Amino acid sequence: MNHVLHDVPRLETGLSGLDAITRGGLPQARSTLVTGTAGTGKTVLAVQFLAQGISTFRQNGVFVTCEEAPEDIRRNSSGLGFDISAWEKEGRWRFVDASPDPDQPARVTGRYDLEGLLARVEHACGLVKASRVSVDSIGSLLGRLDDGDVMRLELHRVFAHLKSLGVTVVITAERRLENGPVARYGVEEFVADNVMVLRNNHEHRSRRRTMEILKMRGADHMAGEWPFAISPGRGLQVVPHEARESGRKVSNQRVTIGQPQLDEMMGGGVYRGSTTLVSGAPGTGKTLLVSHFAGAGSAPQERCLLVAFEEGREQLVRNASGWGLDFEDLESRGRLCIHCSHPDAAGPEQQLIDIRNLLEEFRPTRLVVDGLTAMENVAGEQGKYDFMMGITAMIRHRDLACLLTSSTPALLGGQSITECRASTLADAIILLRYAEVCGAIARSITVLKVRGSDHDSSLRELKIDDGGMHIGQAFSNVSGVLSGSITVVTDDELARTQGVLDELRGAATA
Amino acid sequence: MSNGPDNPKYTLRLYVSGHLGTGQRAADNVSRLCVDALGVAAFTLEVIDVRERPELAERDKVLATPTLIRQSPPPPRRVIGDFNDAFAVLSALGIAPATPASVGGARQ
Repeated sequence: MNHVLHDVPRLETGLSGLDAITRGGLPQARSTLVTGTAGTGKTVLAVQFLAQGISTFRQNGVFVTCEEAPEDIRRNSSGLGFDISAWEKEGRWRFVDASPDPDQPARVTGRYDLEGLLARVEHACGLVKASRVSVDSIGSLLGRLDDGDVMRLELHRVFAHLKSLGVTVVITAERRLENGPVARYGVEEFVADNVMVLRNNHEHRSRRRTMEILKMRGADHMAGEWPFAISPGRGLQVVPHEARESGRKVSNQRVTIGQPQLDEMMGGGVYRGSTTLVSGAPGTGKTLLVSHFAGAGSAPQERCLLVAFEEGREQLVRNASGWGLDFEDLESRGRLCIHCSHPDAAGPEQQLIDIRNLLEEFRPTRLVVDGLTAMENVAGEQGKYDFMMGITAMIRHRDLACLLTSSTPALLGGQSITECRASTLADAIILLRYAEVCGAIARSITVLKVRGSDHDSSLRELKIDDGGMHIGQAFSNVSGVLSGSITVVTDDELARTQGVLDELRGAATA
Repeated sequence: MSNGPDNPKYTLRLYVSGHLGTGQRAADNVSRLCVDALGVAAFTLEVIDVRERPELAERDKVLATPTLIRQSPPPPRRVIGDFNDAFAVLSALGIAPATPASVGGARQ
């Protein structure tokens, strides 16, 4: 074997995120096997590989369908936003129909080869001058003409021949079990230089689709499972973790959080390209802080995307107007975009994809995601963590200021364990808590951390009125900010307590 | 079903590939089988090389070579393989041998 000194040439696929995890695309003029159990999105990937080639790079393609009839592929793909018929008329897409014909079952009575298929594929490639070929799925072919050894030899020959044509090939194959052999017949993986696995796991109440590159001969790629989503009109999109692949510098530009006193507490506002996590019990002012942050989008050069997982649009608009902010006006002036979506409807990957698409369309300078707790309820702790990872990567990449909110279960509670884990991803953390002050309940605010900056870490009183949020004096003699219920003891009370203690001591010694 | 004078004529199409001479061998095999089983006058055999006429292979959705298609009488039938097993080929095509002895040599 030659030692590989240089990375193999790549064909940029144009599939969102796939080129990132393959570090530049699929190896050119090679075959890549895509395997997965039923319903993992293999056919979508095979279709989209050709579709992106045509629409993005003007590279034509041949689709070899061994399972579904071409008409089914055309119909299903139109839902993804691809008009295959139009491309066929333009001579940019060609089907080779190798799907089983129920009217003419073939009987195998002796030795054979796959020259018929090969000649047809080569012919089709010549007609459209194809750069890309998708074969979906090879397992269906093997199932019909079963003779493992012959098939293995023949497939070797077919793919070697395709290689000599210089086309880049995606072959799909079905896996029966998630933990079983890579492909159903145990032969397919030997015929491809490169193997990818698609998975569709169910976690909590949501689906989690992932893509993993098992091998890529002589080609650098990213290890691990990468979340992806399949959405109407856009097809398959791999969740971008741009931050992992770029060594971008951290921004040192600061912008207002929307409340001047809080800016001051944070040492001068929030950094662009950073995430600020606001954690609070119900009613402590999270939604208000969200409104302040979003309202700051009205400043020149600022635009805010507000993603709400828990509250509806009308509720958000009404809340904001109660504090003197006209969200509808901001929206009509293109300063604000409100996107309400309950995480129940789609998993974390889908939400990330939707948010990324909105970021690309609306091009905001700041992002709020209100209601991480709803995400956690649906997708579990891992789902929430992944979601935050994705958000963090996206906003770093785009240098956005970002505010995330999360609820604490207990009224007087401190941090929960899950918040602790998520908190490692946040650049700044603000806690909104109820505090017990001499037997009465007051709202409080504290800035727990601001990465890369000094900040005021005192616990301050928080007042909410028609004008919004006001931050008061620092409480003194505070205990229990993080561990549990916050108790504030006044000096008078301390003196009184001391007196009682002294009396007790005096009584004891007497 | 016997090979009487009223039986329809068989139209057969054989797809082969030129490489390694297997195509010619397959064509010879089919031809000999049919002559033995049906008689020279009872069938026509068209031999198509997939390399030369890929568009015909596309029309008939041929995957493997050799593939033998019974075009008529209907319904169409397909046999894939090298046609060494005469009995299997003829029964797959729905052709009954004229007499068992006539194909006995090929079947061992």
